[in-house]
Amino acid sequence: MLSVAVRKRLGSFLLDARFELPTPGVMALFGRSGCGKSTLVNIIAGLLSADAGRVALDDAVLLNTDRRIYVPPENRRIGYVFQDARLFPHMSVAANLKYGQKRAPAHRFVSLDTVAGLLDLGPLMDRRTHQLSGGERQRVAMGRALLSQPALLLLDEPLASLDAARREEVFPYLETLRDQLAIPMVYVSHDFDEVLRLATHVVLMESGKTIAQGGVGEMSLNTGLRSIIGADALGATVAGTVLGTDASSGMIRVQVGHGELNLQAAPAAVGAKLRVHLLARDLIVATQAPRHMSVRNVLSGTVTTVSSDDADSDLIAIDIGGTLIMARITKAATRELALVPGRTVWALVKTVSLRSHSFVAPAAISTARPGA
Amino acid sequence: MMWLSPSEAEALHLSLSVAARSVIVSLPLAVLMAWVLTRRRFLGHTLLDAFVHLPLVLPPVVVGYLLLLLFGTRGPIGSWLERVFGIELIFTRNGAALATAVMSFPLMVRAMRISLENVDRGLEQAARTLGAGAIDRFATITLPLMLPGVLAGAITAFSAALGEFGAVITFVSNIPGETRTLPLALYTALQMPGGDVAAARLACMSLVLGLGGLLLSEWFARRVRRLLGR
Repeated sequence: MLSVAVRKRLGSFLLDARFELPTPGVMALFGRSGCGKSTLVNIIAGLLSADAGRVALDDAVLLNTDRRIYVPPENRRIGYVFQDARLFPHMSVAANLKYGQKRAPAHRFVSLDTVAGLLDLGPLMDRRTHQLSGGERQRVAMGRALLSQPALLLLDEPLASLDAARREEVFPYLETLRDQLAIPMVYVSHDFDEVLRLATHVVLMESGKTIAQGGVGEMSLNTGLRSIIGADALGATVAGTVLGTDASSGMIRVQVGHGELNLQAAPAAVGAKLRVHLLARDLIVATQAPRHMSVRNVLSGTVTTVSSDDADSDLIAIDIGGTLIMARITKAATRELALVPGRTVWALVKTVSLRSHSFVAPAAISTARPGA
Repeated sequence: MMWLSPSEAEALHLSLSVAARSVIVSLPLAVLMAWVLTRRRFLGHTLLDAFVHLPLVLPPVVVGYLLLLLFGTRGPIGSWLERVFGIELIFTRNGAALATAVMSFPLMVRAMRISLENVDRGLEQAARTLGAGAIDRFATITLPLMLPGVLAGAITAFSAALGEFGAVITFVSNIPGETRTLPLALYTALQMPGGDVAAARLACMSLVLGLGGLLLSEWFARRVRRLLGR
């Protein structure tokens, strides 16, 4: 468990943040640029001081201003992947990777070979850092941080300085780290797509304050998100299990809640876990079981809440069997369909508007855990 | 060196020896001073900075005179050094090295400061998160990255030490074989009737040395830059 509660004033800006991350897990620190995410991560790493507060990782108190405890960064065992990689220019890739490893405590849970394998660093070993592309630099930076055998890994927008193509190239490696290693991670981002793909938990930040936190599914429904990502990006992220592949269409059938969705996605084994994003604006709500339609995905459920989104539209939360999804429809539609909590409805969504990502919850994996 | 006369060879050897001692002693101090002046903010920072730069603006004779006061046989530091370590500075080549070190110290510190200011502090932070303590960080990150400045400073200071005149002659006098370096030998030659040729030869030697130093410094800088991939 990483627990953080800190305050820091920087001129007129006040950072007042508190959150808890169950470990292992990947927590996304999400908010607009300039909301204090980087400041907060720097305090967790110990690179910035806090005016007041505490930071604790499992049993280790890293900062407690009341008890005058401040563990310097070099003794915190927190790996840090910076936005600009910060590779040492006077060393080869291999020397960069070994820098933290040499200084790590005796108990090691990940070896150079393992890290090189996970991040495909083998061919880069003998290169000088200025011969690396942006994506390669970030992979080396991740490897270097991991090899310092950290009890926590901080990633401060590691993809922000890369173009879209490079980002797609590096992102799978982040997913690999999440799925293969049981290191808790704090991932700073202002890109909600990244958050949805990577995180298990989300902390929302707005102008220096942590305004909400929770699991990704729950947080994807948080209305506080709307002001940050906009109404069009609002939607539910739900966990799904692959039921099988339809041989004729090539689509995979996925169970979400007690319903079933058809997805266009890479073939997956039966039982594989997926994450499916259902954008609120893409959902159609019906009060009768629909028939004779091209829409392949129909999820039946019960309305749990109706909340006003703006002057013209409402957000309807629907329980589809222990899982919530969200539809954004006009107020006129809410009135005509008489949508109130408790009402049974059918949510329709076109297959082409569904996105999914393979996902393995880190908790389900048990590899060697970093020693406390 | 068959084309040099014994006294010329002696002056050249002495110059190189004095300059080398001066650089070796002042190098670590200059690195420390550059670091303190660049990275630390404290009361008296401006004063210390000015103090280090003083030899650049003071007449060298004044520096020599002050050294005489402090490091002379009856000076507070000089007498202590002699009593405790048996080190005699006045009228010796070690004294000449001290005088040249003081004179070239600001040049050295300046070159190092410029390159230290260009060292990305983010890299030191990264080293910190990887478990490197203060001295470790300095030795493995900061120092290698400021190496171009350290080398440039050392070579500049070495070249300047070869040519230091006023402070040396004031502090340790002009003793053949002990403190008569190239510029002092040149000055002596000029004082003697018919010494024109000897003076010209010594001037040429100084010219070659100076040029050689500058070229060497440039070559080093280029090599280091290539090593750092810039």
